Amino acid sequence: MRYLLTHLDTAWLLAQIHLRLSLVPLLIGLAIAVPLGGYVQRRPTLRRVTTVTASIMFTIPSLALFVVLPLIIPTRILDEANVMVALTLYTVALLVRAVPEALDAVPAETLDAATAIGYRRRARMVKVQLPLALPVLIASIRVVAVTNISMVAVGSVIGIGGLGTWFTEGYQADKSSQIIAGIIAIFVLAIAVDTAIMLGGRLATPWRRAT
Amino acid sequence: MNFLQQALTYLGTSANWWGPSGIAARIGEHLQYTAAAVFFSALIAIPLGLYIGHTGRATWLVAAVNALRALPTLGILLLGVLLWGLGLVPPTIALMLLGIPPLLAGSYAGVANVDPVVVDAARAMGMTERQVLLRAEIPGALPLIVGGLRTATLQVVATATIAAYASLGGLGRYLIDGIKVRQFYLALVGALLVTALALLLDAALVLAARLSRPAGYDAPGSSPTVDG
Repeated sequence: MRYLLTHLDTAWLLAQIHLRLSLVPLLIGLAIAVPLGGYVQRRPTLRRVTTVTASIMFTIPSLALFVVLPLIIPTRILDEANVMVALTLYTVALLVRAVPEALDAVPAETLDAATAIGYRRRARMVKVQLPLALPVLIASIRVVAVTNISMVAVGSVIGIGGLGTWFTEGYQADKSSQIIAGIIAIFVLAIAVDTAIMLGGRLATPWRRAT
Repeated sequence: MNFLQQALTYLGTSANWWGPSGIAARIGEHLQYTAAAVFFSALIAIPLGLYIGHTGRATWLVAAVNALRALPTLGILLLGVLLWGLGLVPPTIALMLLGIPPLLAGSYAGVANVDPVVVDAARAMGMTERQVLLRAEIPGALPLIVGGLRTATLQVVATATIAAYASLGGLGRYLIDGIKVRQFYLALVGALLVTALALLLDAALVLAARLSRPAGYDAPGSSPTVDG
């Protein structure tokens, strides 16, 4: 604890790297998975294909993906871009399954009602179905955010930056205080991001408070 | 970019497979860490989840345990090694942090989601609470429990690579040593082996999930991520 308090500026610097590495992929992943998930929701064959591909993708361990990716795209293992592409793939893999499930959860009567009052397909999706799917979607986004934060931490084993570097440094210098500080910092970071997304979700769905 | 070819050649050379630090021995160690962590996670999480699901008491515990997932496995592992020295204890405890939450969520949700009509019927037939749990609730919960087991195993087998960082064995040796000495084909060997092992274990558990579905019980419990 003392280590954390005496190294707050370094902690903040590392936390920024950690957040960038874990949250940029979340945003890019969302931008890909929401339209893709919406597109495959009503197409059973396509949906089955994306679901199976996504689950295989998710089985590949993150450390392994960091190493394999540079063979496929022109990045080096420790490039920030390499880490971000890898985490974006995981984000898409998890969300492309979650988005159609979240959209499924919107009652058919609600959609029929929207059609009846004159919404066309696209407008109905953007203005009715997607907002109503938000609560389920937010739950998945929270899982992705926490998973990405822990994947970046594990990445420090192969030299990826962020708060995980306190683990490898502390271990090599035999300083348990630095490791404990890292554990606390990452735990707080993960809980803070998780809470922020939950609160954001609540603000975005004000109608849920009425029920 | 001949890493892939080099890696495949390495994998194709039988001399690399045998001996005390051969691929076979590394796979054995990796499976040992995975099995120990999943076994002890299940030992704690499944009875606890069944209890919470059956009684409806202490449901806050499920959410609290879920917060464990925010604890960094690597930090716990390295701290454990500094405190207790090398051995099986630190990686087992660190990996249990990943194993317990999905198993607890799966067994809790499994029991809690069993159709109340079934449970009432079991009680009305005169079953004791124990019998209700063993004969009605657990069979109905089995698909979700196996789903939790799948998630737990997948996360543990993937993360067991970090044990190598604490001078332990397992497939992480190839990944971590390969990067340290800049022999990237070795890292690739590790990556390919871990991925193959994860896929094989998952396939085995999918099969188990299919077999565990009780006859005539068409529960929608095939999703592998019950904690999602």
